[in-house]
Parts: sequence; C-alpha cells; structure tokens
Amino acid sequence: MNDSVYTQLLDLACGAFLLAAVVVLWLRQLSSIVQVFALQGVALAAVAGLLGVHEGRWDLLAVAVGIGLLRAGALPHLIRRALAAGTPPPTRHYEEDVSEARETQPLVNVAASLLSAALLTLLAYAVARPLVELDPTPATSALPVGLAVVLIGFFTLVTRRRALAQVVGFLLLDNGITATAFLAASGVPLIVELGVSFDVLLAVLVLQILTTRMRAAFGGTGIDDLRELRD
Amino acid sequence: MKAIGTAAVTAQVVLVVAGAPLLAGTMRQVRARMEGRAGPGVVQPWRDLRKLLRKEAITPIGTGPAFRVAPLLLVATTAVVAALVPLASTVTPVSGSADLILVVALLALGTVALALAGLDTGTAFGGMGASREMTVAALVEPTILLAVFALSIPTGSTNLSAIVSGGIHDPVRLASPAGLLATAALAVAVLAETGRLPVDNPSTHLELTMVHEAMVLEYAGPDLALVELGAQMRLAVLLGLLASLSAPWGIATTASPAALALALVLLTAKVALLGSALAAAEVFWAKLRLFRVPELLAGSFLLALLAVTASYFLTGE
Repeated sequence: MNDSVYTQLLDLACGAFLLAAVVVLWLRQLSSIVQVFALQGVALAAVAGLLGVHEGRWDLLAVAVGIGLLRAGALPHLIRRALAAGTPPPTRHYEEDVSEARETQPLVNVAASLLSAALLTLLAYAVARPLVELDPTPATSALPVGLAVVLIGFFTLVTRRRALAQVVGFLLLDNGITATAFLAASGVPLIVELGVSFDVLLAVLVLQILTTRMRAAFGGTGIDDLRELRD
Repeated sequence: MKAIGTAAVTAQVVLVVAGAPLLAGTMRQVRARMEGRAGPGVVQPWRDLRKLLRKEAITPIGTGPAFRVAPLLLVATTAVVAALVPLASTVTPVSGSADLILVVALLALGTVALALAGLDTGTAFGGMGASREMTVAALVEPTILLAVFALSIPTGSTNLSAIVSGGIHDPVRLASPAGLLATAALAVAVLAETGRLPVDNPSTHLELTMVHEAMVLEYAGPDLALVELGAQMRLAVLLGLLASLSAPWGIATTASPAALALALVLLTAKVALLGSALAAAEVFWAKLRLFRVPELLAGSFLLALLAVTASYFLTGE
C-alpha cells in the first residue's frame, strides 16, 4: 500500500469517525443512535487496521479485529437489548410517547448542541496543534479528530437525560480516547488494550443492570427523577 | 477563442432559461409516476408559463415599486449567476469575476427582493412567508459560503472557475473527507435555498406550512410567470453548481467547440439525473416541522464547518 493511498484511506476513516460522533448528537431515536455508534466502531477498527498494515505490525491487526467485534458488535447488541426491554409493544390507539426509545428533551436543544460540537471541534484542533507539530505524520495530524470525539462524547454524557443515551455518550468518550491513543502512539500495548476493552464491556454490563433496576424502581430512566436522596 | 467563450456564456444562460421549466416538469413527472399517477407531461410548466404570460398584468391596490420590481430582479440575478457559474466551461470572458461571494450575494439579492415584495402587499400571508423565508435564508447563506470555502482551500482561491478546474485536474480532492462533507452540506443548503422538501413543500397551498408560496400569493399573470420561472431557474442553477463542484468531469477547460458541446450535453444529463433523484427521494420524505428546520440547517452548517477544519487537519502534509 503506497503512502498516498494510505493517507487517503486513513483520512476517510477519521472523517467517518468524527462524523458518526456528530450524527449521534443530531439524532433523537435511540435505536438509530446505537446504529451510528456501531458504524463508529467500524471506523475505529479501520483506523487501527490501517495503522497496523502501514507499519507492518500484526498485533495491531489483531487489536483491530477485537475492537471491531467489541465496539461494532457486542456493545451495540447489549444496548439494543436494554432498549428492547424498556420499550413497550406498540398499541393500536394513540398514546403519548413516554417510552425510553427517544431522547425527547435533551438539556441543550439539538441545534445548540450541534453548534457546541462545532466549537468543541475547533477547540480540539487548537489544543492539538502543538502536539501535531512535534512529529507531523498523516496519523498524528488527524489527532484533533480523537480529541474532538472525546469532547463531543463528554458533551453527550452531560446533556442527555435518558440513561441509555448517556451510556452511548460514555462509549463515545471511550472511543475517542482509544482513537487518540492509536493516532498519537500507534496504540497502547496489547495487554493494556485488552484490559481497557474488558473494562468497557463490564461497565456497559453493569450500566445495563443498573438501567433495569432503575426502571423497576422508578418506571423510567429519566435522570431528572433521581435528584433527591431517599431511603 | 473569445468567440467560443462568449458562445459558452450565451449557451449556459439559454440552457438554464429554456431548460429550467423542463427540469421542473421532469421532476413533477418522476414524482407523479412514482405515486402511480399519469402526470401532466414534461412540458407542462412551459404551457403554464405561456398561459400566464398571455394574461393581463394586475397588481393589488397599495403595492409599490418593490412588488413590481421583485420578479424582474429575481430572474435577472439568477440569469447573471447562470452566466457566471462555470456550468459548461471554465474559460469564459466572465470567468474572472465568477467569485463565490459574488454568486452567493446575487442569489441573496433575489431572495431579499422577493421577501420585500411579500411585505409590500401588506397581507398576513405575505408577511408570514417573508419572515419565514428570511429565517431560512439567514441560516442557509453561511452554510453555502462555508461549504464552498472548504472546497476553495485546496485551490487557494474563491474563484469558482479555479475551484472547478482544480477538481478536474486533481480528482482525489473530491473524495477527501473535506470534499465529501462540503458536498453534503451544500446539498442540504441547496434543498433549503430552493424551497424543496423537507424544508418547504413546493406544491402546497396550506397556509400553515407554506414558505415560498405564501410570499408570492398576490402575484398574477406575467409577474407570476416571472416568479415561477425565477424559482425554477434557481433550482436549475443551484443543481448545476452542485454538479459542477462535486462531479466536474466533462466541463470544458479549453476553448474548443467540441468540448463545449460535450460539456453542455453532460451538464443537461447531470442536472436531469440530480433532479430526478431528488424528485424520487422527495416521494419518501415528509416536510419537517418549521421549528425543526433550524436544527437541520444547524446540522448542515456543522458539516460545512467540519469540512473547513478537516481540510486543515486531514490533509496529511
């Protein structure tokens, strides 16, 4: 694979990675959000795979396959299961949509959060510039993408009300951190990567159980209902 | 050399003026066929225009010059844009002035003229339509500017001819993330600017939903014909601009008659294809609620901004 094709493909994968994060902010339907999140996992795996092929490191390719399986397969599947458990079957007559399937009222409205995402991307670009100048290669110059996804993920985590949307925000944050590690240093050692991946998987499993418990206790996962401490 | 350039400009303007109603007719025909109707035929918009032009010119009592000048201004600005934009050839006598900011300003001038005409009638609908149109326009103009700005960064010039010929000579530029994002943002902006679904429904006359139609409700006869022609020409020019920027192959970069003829045929084919695809997609779309429109436009603005930033940090150099 020659250098210009590699650069082109890496740029495309990074562009898709950033775009997926933005689209998550744009959408309201939780099932579509999960789909986009799965696509982002594919883009992340593509970044890792491209780096592996370019540098001739086969362990990176194994990591890429693992990331693809975990982030585009297992995690979306788990979230979808939690979502299906919380959505009542459709009724014939009209009812107000109070189910968990839609993020109806984020704390910041969608137009404003899209504009905030634009600002966060610019911030990431400004912050990453001195880092990129240390060693300007195609991979490091895409470093702002990873930082921007970290910031957008954190923004999602803070402004969404539904527990599952917040889980997706947390996973976006983690995707961003992983992408930053790949782009800046061609990935962390295999054992650390494995540890992080299992950590994320466990976190999602725990959050899924927590969501189910919340729903059993309060009838919903709207975070606003959880403001007071009770015994 | 010079004669060919002049011929190219003339051909572009004539093609846009004559072809815009046919484009609208094709889009309606595609839509009708997909909905299982027979459809009125491709030349129906021309028949409508002929019928309207034969009627007596009537203006409502109390309207001033703004109402009378607006249709002429709309058609004139769009014709100038059709002459400037490199639709068929990049070497024309006016290609030096085909500046991006000038083109956007000319389009905005037409929009503003029509909105002033809507206010001039003093009716509730005119005012409502004008205010909605201005809201949409205020959100769309920065998106168009940013999207084409993103495409102009690799060329280093805001001249549209330079951007298009740069795209022909270096096709990798079009497939870069910046190019793709800018094209997507520009496509949404074109939909909003020309008042198509999902921003505005061009075939509705329901008072709560219409935007463009509410503004021109008081027009009749030849004036209405000009307004309709102007709207159709805008659609043709903007689709042509989108085609030139995203798929510039076939546009003449030299002053030879054969290349120009081929470019005109390809331009017709590209715009007809884009229009048919848009009409086919519209069958499956619903109009967005008016309060959701800013959301869509903010999204496309973000795409354009990402395109600009991406062309800085993803160039790989």
